[in-house]
Amino acid sequence: MATKTFSVAKLPGFTTTAVLVFIALYLPIFTLVAYSFNASQSVAVWGGFSLDWYAKAWNNDQVKDATMRSLIIAVSAAVMSTAVATMAALGTTRRKAFKGQTFIYVMINQPLMVPEIVTAVSLLIFFGMIKQATGIQGIGYVIFAHAAFCIPFAYLPIRARLEGMDLTLETAAADLYASPWQIFRHVTLPLLLPGVIAGAMLAFVISLDDVVITEFVKSGGQDTLPTYMLGQMRRQLTPEINAISSMLLALTVVLLTAFFLLTRKND
Amino acid sequence: MLRPRVPAAQYDQNQRERVTLSQTNAVEARNAVKAFGEGDNSVRALNDVSVEIRKGEFFTLLGPSGCGKTTLLRLIAGFEMPTSGTILLDGQDITYLPPNKRPVNTVFQSYALFPHLTVAQNVGFGLQMQGRPAAEVKETTARMLALVKLESMANRKTSQLSGGQQQRVALARALAPQPKVLLLDEPLSALDLKLRKEMQIELKRLQTETGITFVFVTHDQEEALTMSDRVGVMSAGKLQQVGAPKDIYTRPVNRFVASFIGETNFLSATAEPGAARLATGAVVEMPGLARSGPVTVTVRPEQVRLVDASEPGAIAATVKTLVYFGTDTHCYLALQDGSELVARLQSPATGEVGLQQGQQVGVRFTPGAAQIVED
Repeated sequence: MATKTFSVAKLPGFTTTAVLVFIALYLPIFTLVAYSFNASQSVAVWGGFSLDWYAKAWNNDQVKDATMRSLIIAVSAAVMSTAVATMAALGTTRRKAFKGQTFIYVMINQPLMVPEIVTAVSLLIFFGMIKQATGIQGIGYVIFAHAAFCIPFAYLPIRARLEGMDLTLETAAADLYASPWQIFRHVTLPLLLPGVIAGAMLAFVISLDDVVITEFVKSGGQDTLPTYMLGQMRRQLTPEINAISSMLLALTVVLLTAFFLLTRKND
Repeated sequence: MLRPRVPAAQYDQNQRERVTLSQTNAVEARNAVKAFGEGDNSVRALNDVSVEIRKGEFFTLLGPSGCGKTTLLRLIAGFEMPTSGTILLDGQDITYLPPNKRPVNTVFQSYALFPHLTVAQNVGFGLQMQGRPAAEVKETTARMLALVKLESMANRKTSQLSGGQQQRVALARALAPQPKVLLLDEPLSALDLKLRKEMQIELKRLQTETGITFVFVTHDQEEALTMSDRVGVMSAGKLQQVGAPKDIYTRPVNRFVASFIGETNFLSATAEPGAARLATGAVVEMPGLARSGPVTVTVRPEQVRLVDASEPGAIAATVKTLVYFGTDTHCYLALQDGSELVARLQSPATGEVGLQQGQQVGVRFTPGAAQIVED
């Protein structure tokens, strides 16, 4: 009997569907990038090629200011969340299965499940109480908020890397006179590094484009690039927004490519 | 003043004995018990094992998988703590010392080489962790690589090496810090037959050259017999017998040891003064046998000789099957009471042993070859 293996690719309309989905996914982005080179004032009518909007965005002090703030927040949040995520990953994988392990996983990944708006409102109220009680202001609140919701994104690749690691290597290091700290420093961390870097980059990208939580938590004059763009769009829409978005897109693509290459090397 | 109330001479004697004891034993396990799991589900991987491993010897723990040999090794290395009992190293109690504080190194079954380090960095790892000066680390690493003949591979990543080379790196890495005892956990099991034979000789050479005590774990009886000074045979969490390979092979204490090491025949018999009477009525002379009642007699197939059926005193048997193995031919025999016996006959130049199926023959055992074993 001839066996016919089932293949999704052979279903009628497969190619059409796939092409349509890719168009739906990428046409808007393509349009956005294309119109960032628009010479006219409009984001919808093509008026010839120009790099003016890039130059304008580049020389816009508010954009520069927001970009710097975004980068500071994203780098700080990535470092903090990766440090916490590494410890959490070590704590949940480097021991025997314990009661409530699944519960801990859920707790760590909670920010992925809880609607962002809920986190945003709760942080707004909570930070408001702290501000009132202590009188401390500053960008720290936004950084802490970002670090918190970035933890699960940093945690997942680190945990995956740890789970694939041969535990005998750590035993061997202990056998060769390495103290627990030396084992971590000379064996666990170097082997974990691709996972840590991947986690940090993911956290960085996630923090960089967050709008909802930032919008709620930030004080006046603490615009990040996404919240600045949102504010601009309320007033007037120019291809400057397209230019900024395109640059953000380029940065994200570079980081995600690096992330992909790093995680692929693990195999 | 508190002084032991013993005559000076005897006290001195005791002192000396104690010193010699600690000097001869590299490792000692006393009543080691290791239980895994809790309550009714707990399994005793080691059940009251006591063993003394002498300084400078090649000691092999031999047994089937799950017999507890690796658990004993892990107790000596410090990767596990015993449920009860004591582990001594050079006469000192190390039972609860963490592995990094023990002057003992391990060659792992999977080698466990550090993939992010070069061959030389792997070999120097132990010395580096001990905080030895860089010059010494470099010098010792070079010496160790020369010892295992891998000088040219020093800067390679370990993933670029063959299985046999990785094995050598693992050995060099474990030997570099000059441990008091080297533990080897089935290190040859991943190698093919030819390489395994080479490594057996290599290991023996390294042990002789370095003078370090080797504790080798294997389930391969041939490995155990060819390399070891002494072998400890384990089964079901217990040490069954400890002795030189020849002792273990020729004078096994029980049925398990006799059957696990080499092939053997078991025959039921009744003990009489100086002899054992088989179920067939035939008498096997065993000078010095001083017990009575039912016993089990064991005799190795190569110690069974076939003679003419009419020869007086020979045990009557019938040839059942002949299996040709090249160097020798196995002859499966049936005794008169139906019990089976295998004789290993050296194949003559023609390959023909000159026997036919159904032929009546006489059986004799080489004097002293038959042994009584416990069940």
